[in-house]
Amino acid sequence: MTETVDRPMVRFEGVTKRYGSLTVLDSLNLDIGRGEKVAIIGPSGSGKTTVLRMLMTLERIDGGVIWVDGEPMTHMQKNGKLVPAEAKHLRRVRSKIGMVFQHFNLFPHMTALGNCIEAPMTVLGLPRREAEERAADLLNLVGLGEKKGHYPAQLSGGQQQRVAIARALAMRPKIMLFDEVTSALDPELCGEVLQVIRKLGSEHDLTMLMVTHQMGFAKEFADRVCFFYQGKICEQGEPRELFTAPKNERTQQFLRAVLEAV
Amino acid sequence: MGIPSLAAMLATALIAIAVLAASGDNAIFMPGLLEGAWLTVRIAVVGCGLAVITATAAALCRLYGPAPLRWLAVTYVEFFRGTSALVQLFWLFFVLPDFGIFMEPFTVAVLGLGLNVGAYGAEVVRGGIQGVQRGQWEATTALNMTRWQALRRIILPQAFVAMIPPWGNLFIELLKSTALVSLITMSDLTFKARTLNDFSMQTIPIFTLALLMYLVLSLTITIGMRWLERKSLRGMVRGRGR
Repeated sequence: MTETVDRPMVRFEGVTKRYGSLTVLDSLNLDIGRGEKVAIIGPSGSGKTTVLRMLMTLERIDGGVIWVDGEPMTHMQKNGKLVPAEAKHLRRVRSKIGMVFQHFNLFPHMTALGNCIEAPMTVLGLPRREAEERAADLLNLVGLGEKKGHYPAQLSGGQQQRVAIARALAMRPKIMLFDEVTSALDPELCGEVLQVIRKLGSEHDLTMLMVTHQMGFAKEFADRVCFFYQGKICEQGEPRELFTAPKNERTQQFLRAVLEAV
Repeated sequence: MGIPSLAAMLATALIAIAVLAASGDNAIFMPGLLEGAWLTVRIAVVGCGLAVITATAAALCRLYGPAPLRWLAVTYVEFFRGTSALVQLFWLFFVLPDFGIFMEPFTVAVLGLGLNVGAYGAEVVRGGIQGVQRGQWEATTALNMTRWQALRRIILPQAFVAMIPPWGNLFIELLKSTALVSLITMSDLTFKARTLNDFSMQTIPIFTLALLMYLVLSLTITIGMRWLERKSLRGMVRGRGR
């Protein structure tokens, strides 16, 4: 591994995922560069969320290798061969990745601040003071400095999702995954969440991978858009190109249907 | 029913005991009955503690343990749930000495009742843990927590809230089962009531007082559990705040 500079931040190499006889992802090859912002779009059931879940190790893969930051995550090198990763290896590589979920998944028994200091303290071993400072900064960043003592049930959906973003950032990941983060929100609350993501994209050196139904946001924010269809990348390219002049017939159909709905 | 009305019921029971004890010569039964009640309380408290510990251990073994532990947990639950608590006590008290194992009656009582109720409790704990939304586990993975960290800090505290009402039931069950220990030579509330009755033949006041004392104890448990539930729900609104 000599190509340290150009090596992609994330590489899917022939990754396959099956549920029983159903192949959700079929030998996926995808490289994501350092600091690149990639939007994944596609009809439901096309495997787009599975891509993020596999990268977060929430799903086992049935074939292929996922590389993160130049080393295999799902596997490890032993005697020059790739073998399935042990838990310890998995945890070390996974520490570079953070994820925000469609349904927030905040810890309901902890305040906004509690949610953000929990993992830094238990996993990273930060002292409470330091973890609280870090969390307070991040809650300010997402515009919720005033709400740090609130429990999730006392916050709106948009606020909860912003806490979830702060919680993920508190672990200082290099890669952030956003899984339909606005899909569970009322339309008027999407803006505040997207605004935070926009800010992260411009101010931080994060690699971002997002599954989204917000075509407008994908177009404006992403460096690259991948259109998934039936477990494969059907078409990918710069957003302006893909949205205005899609080459593939499936992409055209999908975009037509989505834009009609708006 | 809320805590205030339960407290009112508790107060009524206490007043009834006082009135009954003050009428006629009933006062002479009180020291004996209270002594018995105190033993009942001690057995119940230690038994409940043991039940919670064994239930949690059995549930965790069953859910996350390696195969031998899982098998052991299932056997424990099915055995203690599927046999009579009284026979379990007899067995510990009368059979174990034949194998050279002698235990104090108090130890036998606590062990027998604690393990019996713990077997039911194991299913309560298991249900509580499995009732926590999957998304919570996924969040702990995304935050790179170990399974044990996730259980201890995230899953169990949430499962705990759901477990409180069924545990309240089990604690009351255990309290009432302590009456069985009168059959292994222990002078608990039931035993005292029976002996006082044998001497005095004052059946009505003695057994009414004993009944009211059990009621006072179980109402105390109910109120305590209600309070615990309300306290641990603070900030969390059930069904929301995924």
